[in-house]
Amino acid sequence: MQLPDVNEKWTHRINTVTIGATKEQGGTRGKTITVGGQTTLPSLTFEGATPNKPVIAGYVADTPPDWPDTLKNAIGKEINSPAEWARKCVETFGVDMINLSLIGADPSGKNSTPAECARVVESVLKAVDVPLIIRGCNDEEKDNLVLLECSQASRGENCLIGSAKEKNYRTVVAICKADKHKIIAEAPVDINIGKQVNILLQDSGFDLNDVVMFQTTAALGYGLDYVYTILERARTTGIKGDKLMAMPQLCDVGGETWRVKEAVADEDVLPGWGSLQKRGPMWEAACAAAYLQAGADILIMAHPAAIATIKMLIQRLS
Amino acid sequence: MAALTGMQIYKNLPRSNCKECGFPTCMAFAMQVAAKQKALGDCPRITDDAKNSLADASSPPMKLVTIGPEGKQFTFGQETVMFRHEERFHHATGVAVRIRGALTEMQVDELVAAINRADFMRAGEKLAVALCAVEVDGYADPAGRVQRIAQNCRVPLILMGDNPETLCATAQAIPGQRPLLCKATPANVEFLAKLAAGAKCALAIGAGTLEELADATQKAKANCVDDLVLAFSDKNTSETIRQLTIARRAAIKKNFRALGYPALVEVNADSPEAETVLAATFAAKYAGIVVINGHEPWELLPVLTTIQSIYTNPQVPNAVEAKLYAIGSVTENSPVIVTTNFSLTYFSVAGEVERSKIPCYISVVNTEGLGVLNSYAGDKISPEKVLKTLQEQKVAEHVKHRKLIIPGLLPIFKGELEDISEWKEVIIGPESASKIPAFLNSVWK
Repeated sequence: MQLPDVNEKWTHRINTVTIGATKEQGGTRGKTITVGGQTTLPSLTFEGATPNKPVIAGYVADTPPDWPDTLKNAIGKEINSPAEWARKCVETFGVDMINLSLIGADPSGKNSTPAECARVVESVLKAVDVPLIIRGCNDEEKDNLVLLECSQASRGENCLIGSAKEKNYRTVVAICKADKHKIIAEAPVDINIGKQVNILLQDSGFDLNDVVMFQTTAALGYGLDYVYTILERARTTGIKGDKLMAMPQLCDVGGETWRVKEAVADEDVLPGWGSLQKRGPMWEAACAAAYLQAGADILIMAHPAAIATIKMLIQRLS
Repeated sequence: MAALTGMQIYKNLPRSNCKECGFPTCMAFAMQVAAKQKALGDCPRITDDAKNSLADASSPPMKLVTIGPEGKQFTFGQETVMFRHEERFHHATGVAVRIRGALTEMQVDELVAAINRADFMRAGEKLAVALCAVEVDGYADPAGRVQRIAQNCRVPLILMGDNPETLCATAQAIPGQRPLLCKATPANVEFLAKLAAGAKCALAIGAGTLEELADATQKAKANCVDDLVLAFSDKNTSETIRQLTIARRAAIKKNFRALGYPALVEVNADSPEAETVLAATFAAKYAGIVVINGHEPWELLPVLTTIQSIYTNPQVPNAVEAKLYAIGSVTENSPVIVTTNFSLTYFSVAGEVERSKIPCYISVVNTEGLGVLNSYAGDKISPEKVLKTLQEQKVAEHVKHRKLIIPGLLPIFKGELEDISEWKEVIIGPESASKIPAFLNSVWK
């Protein structure tokens, strides 16, 4: 029996963004990472192309995050040194790139100086030759100072730096323009603000081809439905021709998962929910799997077992 | 329901303008039927043929299928959209745990007990294994095993096998249990359709291509079975997603009846971890049932929670009950935090309070499921309403201090609250829940 023609006519392409710069390109990276370029939804290659696979960025921080021992032990003692942690992510866990979160800069925490942060960036750039995502501590005032120095310290490396937000984007835009980095456009689980940030970036003369969208990430069971739908709507709008939503998308799965009780609390707190040892990484991996279906291009992930599982899944989906 | 247009209905009317229905023309009557103001049966001269043809056209594009006997049933199908934001996904994917043929009887009993135990409360909802998928090939006395499982298991059964005779024998061994027979192929679909029709069971059909599958469902239908399920074995995950997508689009967008049935996916993985993420993947992309081997809580919970999220109704704001919540071992000196009843806000705040290890009261204001900024913009939260909530929840009787922590996004509430209430020290909390642990540790001494 002949089937009806159900192909959608997607008309546009998601922007292609390349992160990292090799020696020839003015950096020191051994390889670059390219995401985006899709003209269809994940796996639906009968009506478009998906030229670039999603990638995994290993979560690395300048100071060990407030994580459960199950995760810290799985990473190992290297968690105490950002450079060694990054090297282990690349050499042992097999990530495609590194996400460096400078959470130690938080004024209510360790309050490290912008110069200290810049030195961490340098050490990580030296330790690994994969492309780098550099993010601040989520304190806008401090981030403007921190990212400025980190951007200069990584000049020429074509990093992905964030975040530009609706109320705080001018500084990040200026430094990314000056030092030729890509930018993360961040919105607080709100697709309209997501688009608004892109408009602001465009209006300030930033090339939208150099933007990766970050709709903020929700852990599995903590608003995943909202973020899933925003990613999916943004992607379908993008391939239908809205140039303001045609960017690759980033999810911080590792950064969000390891603060929710399902990934943190063992059976003494959650009787009958099974050992935390296995449940934690599975919580991170299932969350990443869902976002892959919604249209995530870069997944920031933390647990080596979750990274291994999602690497396998990306392979099976390509 | 696929809505019929007035014109589609008109074409099936006598078109005699006899006025016996009370309307001046058949067209006018047809418009009333399309608007669901009148029923087709209100036309005294309608023919049975016309009724049948319209009933077919107005039935849902994807069949609703029920498995199991009265009292323990699983119902799925009747999906209406490709993306949850277009409306919602209706019938949550059922997780079926496979009981492999190679297991010993003792192992089978243990697994059935594990399936019976696998139900969890999460965010106010019960999450549980929905089905038990029993392999019926490759061991002695499958009928006896199936009978025992049907008796002991709290969920309905799927009988999984390639040999139609065994499927037949096992289905007949549990009369009235209405298992899903899984699965027929184009070669044996007529034989199994007759069996399914006789036993009033649903039948799953698998085929190499969607075209062959569409032919096979029509053969089954011709043999009086319309409770059908499209079965996919996941040999190539991307290809399976393509097939699931095309089948669902054909049914929903083109009203293509031959594929208008829900789908079952047999997940095929070489590790429990792979199986779990594949099940989560197919929960998002169009499986009505996923069959897995995993039965440990650490395998099931991530899948069940993914299903819970994807099948949440996006048109209804998720709200928690507006009341005073105690997190941890609170005392009369514990902090009081005010927030909205948008469940995402509440669960974020509650989760971060747990993380801080400082017991707190959370006074939840009824903002009709809106978050902080939206409820402020929509006038669902105000200093007066916060005060009224505190009074209704008798918060002042639970603590002896009069300090109140308000959302960081509503700093302007501070002055007015201090003026109009007994809460004389209003503290502006952080803007983001993730900062609550640091905030509590520094501010609450």
